[in-house]
Amino acid sequence: MLCQKCRKSPATVHLLDIVPPDGEKIERHFCERCSAEEGLATPKQETISSMLEGFIKQSAGITAGADLSCPDCGMTFREFRSTGLLGCPNDYKAFEKHLAPLIERAHRGATHHVGKGPARLDEGAPGVHTQLAKLRRQLKEAIKLEDYEEAARLRDRIKTCESA
Amino acid sequence: MTFDELTRQTGEWLKGEGPHADVVLSSRIRLARNIAGQRFLSKAGESDRKQIYRAVADCIADVELGGNTLILDINDADEIDRQLLVERHLISKQHAAGEGARGVAISEGERRAVMINEEDHLRIQALRSGLQIGVLFEEIDALERRIEQNLEFAFDKRFGYLTACPTNVGTGMRVSVMLHLPALKLTNQIELMFRAAKDMRLAVRGLYGEGTDAIGDFFQVSNQVTLGQSEEEIVEEFGSRIIPRIVQFELAAREALLSERVNLLDDKVWRAVGTLGNARAVSSDETLFLLSHIRMGVHMGRCKNLDLRKVNEMFIYSQPAHLQKLTGRRLDGAERSVARADYLRRMMGSQN
Repeated sequence: MLCQKCRKSPATVHLLDIVPPDGEKIERHFCERCSAEEGLATPKQETISSMLEGFIKQSAGITAGADLSCPDCGMTFREFRSTGLLGCPNDYKAFEKHLAPLIERAHRGATHHVGKGPARLDEGAPGVHTQLAKLRRQLKEAIKLEDYEEAARLRDRIKTCESA
Repeated sequence: MTFDELTRQTGEWLKGEGPHADVVLSSRIRLARNIAGQRFLSKAGESDRKQIYRAVADCIADVELGGNTLILDINDADEIDRQLLVERHLISKQHAAGEGARGVAISEGERRAVMINEEDHLRIQALRSGLQIGVLFEEIDALERRIEQNLEFAFDKRFGYLTACPTNVGTGMRVSVMLHLPALKLTNQIELMFRAAKDMRLAVRGLYGEGTDAIGDFFQVSNQVTLGQSEEEIVEEFGSRIIPRIVQFELAAREALLSERVNLLDDKVWRAVGTLGNARAVSSDETLFLLSHIRMGVHMGRCKNLDLRKVNEMFIYSQPAHLQKLTGRRLDGAERSVARADYLRRMMGSQN
């Protein structure tokens, strides 16, 4: 089918107007150029622009927090995302919100350390850290054994310990 | 210990001893640590780097890694010496090629080493021949306790030991073993093993770690998850469950070769013996490939005039930097192939 306007190029844009009140149908067929001249946006163009828009939104999501920077070392979150390396221990605090999900993904869903800590933190009466790590380990174990009563008890103790 | 003494001694993992030494060349545990209150290296200036280097080097000199410790400023080492340290698995390729103040401390016998200013301020490593992860952990834990009496490490209640790369955060502990899996390869089961390893979140790499290819059936397998599991859990899972299983698969495949395809097995082994006993020029890749078959043959009692230790020695000394140390001069690629063939013929006891 040829474009009804220029009668040269094949028609690729097909329009169906339903005219009220009696619902008369008017079909129109244009080639791409003529449809543009008629001021008709082609569906194809719409798709691309909406795709682009989606993409921009998505990439904005990926670099959420990109402009965050650490007051201690000046590292920005964007810079970290491109190199994979942090600038100082404080970055873990400065970027915590955006970093935590990445860490979780890299460590099979883990969100907290459960291993040992520096001896200096254990000095004096049972170190809070060691105690916490032990409780978290026990909690994991209780969940594994489906002992939910024990798990709930441990969760409460962890909460008290954390706020102490 | 001087660098020359280091070159001449045969390190721990050459011994060919320890549990499952026929499949597990060596076990290693490495801890990533950073000094509290100091920036990580990507944001540390040269004067910070120097200060960190000094602090760690002084601390190591105090705690004594074991025996006569060598503390080496990498910038003072020439290219061949750096390469030799990589070939001995005492430093990483990245550390050899890096910039700025950095170094390595090595114990006598090479059982313990500390890389200073690699990706983190400290990379503490302990190494043993064969599969010995439990004892290694006790050893490195005790060593770390001594080091932290002088250095305070960056630590966070939630994330544990803080590392430059968040993939190491938590325990900062990487357990790895060097495996020799020729029978799994010959019986086309190696891909299955890799897939299973990936499912268990293990990294499988080549002989020299990150970014290197697996050549000659030698693989380095290590844990990837460092957060949410305690050190003991990692050691237990890796050392007592996962690796023994892979070892079992390999041994079963060797048994199957022996009982069902002994001709194929002997052909591989004796071709390798023949080539290394006669070749006039041989590349390092081909050497690894052939030594792999010989090593398998030795373990399976197919060639009785060689032992594991000797094969391990050939394995180490046929590497580029070691060859150049052995001949005492710089060699280009073609010269190395000839020197390597000469060395290997000698070691094979060849009369040709």
